[in-house]
Amino acid sequence: MRGTAVRVGAPLLLGVLALAGWEVLVRGAALPAYLLPPPTEILGQIRAIWDGLVDATRATGTNALVGLVVGALLAVVTAAVAARVTWLDQMVAPLVAAAAVVPIVALAPVLSNMFGATSETPRRVIVALVVFVPVFLNTLRGLRQVSPVHRDLMRSYAATPWQVTRTVTLPGAVPFIFTGLNIASSLAVISAVVAEYFGGLQNGLGSRIASAAAQSGYARAWAYVAASIALGLLFYGFTLLLERAATRRHTG
Amino acid sequence: MTQDRLTVPATATTPTSGGDPAVRVAGVDKVFTGRRGQVEALHQVDLVVDPGEFVSLIGPSGCGKSTLLRLVADLDSPTAGTIEVFGKSARRARLDQDYGIAFQSAGLLPWRSVADNVELPLRLHGADGATRRGRVAELLEMVGLSEFAGSFPDQLSGGMQQRVAIARSLAENPRLLLMDEPFGALDEMTRERMQSELVRITSETGAAVVFVTHSIPEAVFLSHRVVVMTPRPGRITGEVDVRLGDQRDEDLREDERFFAAVTAVREALHGRPTPASGAHGRDLR
Ligand SMILES: Nc1ncnc2c1ncn2[C@@H]1O[C@H](COP(=O)(O)OP(=O)(O)OP(=O)(O)O)[C@@H](O)[C@H]1O
Ligand SMILES: [Mg+2]
Repeated sequence: MRGTAVRVGAPLLLGVLALAGWEVLVRGAALPAYLLPPPTEILGQIRAIWDGLVDATRATGTNALVGLVVGALLAVVTAAVAARVTWLDQMVAPLVAAAAVVPIVALAPVLSNMFGATSETPRRVIVALVVFVPVFLNTLRGLRQVSPVHRDLMRSYAATPWQVTRTVTLPGAVPFIFTGLNIASSLAVISAVVAEYFGGLQNGLGSRIASAAAQSGYARAWAYVAASIALGLLFYGFTLLLERAATRRHTG
Repeated sequence: MTQDRLTVPATATTPTSGGDPAVRVAGVDKVFTGRRGQVEALHQVDLVVDPGEFVSLIGPSGCGKSTLLRLVADLDSPTAGTIEVFGKSARRARLDQDYGIAFQSAGLLPWRSVADNVELPLRLHGADGATRRGRVAELLEMVGLSEFAGSFPDQLSGGMQQRVAIARSLAENPRLLLMDEPFGALDEMTRERMQSELVRITSETGAAVVFVTHSIPEAVFLSHRVVVMTPRPGRITGEVDVRLGDQRDEDLREDERFFAAVTAVREALHGRPTPASGAHGRDLR
C-alpha cells in the first residue's frame, strides 16, 4: 500500500512543484506570453474551451486509434508471414529499415492531395505507416526467438508449419509485440497530431494548435498541447494495461 | 506428491510380438561441422532395441547419448549409416507418431497451463475435447500433479516440470519412448518413485524405451540392458544384460543381484574386465 502511495505520489508531487516553479518564474520574470504563458492562464483556457478541446481530442484520438490498430495488425501479420517466407523477408526487411529513417509525417501534404483535403484518411494512413515500423521489427525479432527444445518438440509431433506458428512462435513473440506496441502507441498520437500541421481538415488538436499559434492565442495553443499530452498518456497507459492482461495468465 | 501409484490407461497397447525391432541403428556416424572444425559425435554405432525392451545409454558427458537419441527421433540425420524404427525409416516413424519423447530440459511451453502442456500432442493430432480432458486427468494423476493442472510452468519446481514433460511424452501411448535424462532434476526420493512408476508403465504398456542417464543404479534398476558409451569419438564400448526380472520393486534395490549388476556396469564404464557375476557384461571394443 505504502509502495503504491510513494510510486504515485512522488511523481505527482514533482509535477505540482514544477508547475508552481513555472508559474513563479514566468510571473516573476514577466515573460511575454508568446514565449511562455503561466500554467494558471493555460488552465483558464482549458476551462474556457473545454467542449472544443474534447471534440478536437476525440478527432485526433480516433485517427491515432484507427491508425494504430490497422498498422499494428498489418505489422504482426506481415511479420508472421515474413518469418516463414524467406524471400518475402528479404524483400520487406530493407524497405522497413528504410521506412524507419524516413520522416513519414512528411508524406502528409502528398497524401492530402491523394485523398482530398476533407478526408481523415491521409492522417490515418500516416499513423498506420509510422506504427507499422516498430511493431513489425519487434514482432519479427520475437518470432525468431523460438527455443531449440520447442522447435524439436514440434518437429517430433510432426506439426504443420501453421501449427508451429500458432502454438509456439506467435505466443513466444507476444512480449516482443508489446514492446513494439508500447513504442507505437506514443508514436501514433504524435504522428496524428503532427500530420494535422500540414493542412486538411481543421478539426483535430494539431490543426487547432497551429491556428491558435498563428492567431497569437498562445495560452489556447498550450491548452491544446496539454490535451495532446493527455491523449499520448492515455494511449500509452492503455497498451500497458493490455500487456498486463495478456501476460498475467502465466505469471500469477 | 500425494499420488503413489500409477494408473495405467485402459487404452494401453500390448507388447508387439515378433516382427521388426523397435529401433535398429546400423553403422551410424554423426559428424558436426562447426566453425572450429569437425566433431565426430558418433562413430560406427550399432544398436538394436526389441519391442518392449528397456535399454539405457550410459556414459560420460559428451559421448553422444543425446545425439544418438535425436537421430532415432529424426530430429537430426546421421552422416552415415541407417536408422530404422519399427522397420520404417526414422522419418516415417516420426511422421506416424510412433514415439514419445522427453528431453534433457523439460521444454514446457511457459504460456500454457500444466494441463494444456500435457494435452498439446493430443490437440495437435486432432483428439476431441472429451478424450483430451480424460487423458490429461489420467496422466496428471499418474505423475502426482493433479492439483497443479491449472498452474503455469514457472510456478512449478524443476522436478515437477520434468514430471509434466514425462506425462506429455506418455500422452499418446507410444510404442517407443525416448527419454533423455528425464529424472536428472528430481530429488532422490521422487526419482526412485518415478523409476518404479516408469518400470510399471512400460511393463504394462509394453513400450520399448531408450533411456539416457548418468546414474548407474538408475540404469540397472530400470533396464533390461545397459549400453555403455565412451567419448571422442562417441561409440558403444560395452553392454550389460541386467535381467533382474519383471518383478522390480523397492526390495530389488538392496538385492545381491542388483549390486552385482551395478558393479558390472561400473566396470564396463571404466573399461576394466568384468568378473564373472550375476550380470553378463560384454566388452564390445
Ligand atoms: N548441434 C551440434 N553442433 C555441434 N556439435 C554438437 C552438436 N550437438 C552435439 N555436439 C557435440 O557432439 C558431442 C556429443 O554431444 P551430446 O549432446 O550427444 O552428448 P551427451 O552424451 O548427451 O552429453 P551429456 O551427458 O552432457 O548430455 C559433443 O562433443 C558435443 O559438443
Ligand atoms: Mg545429453
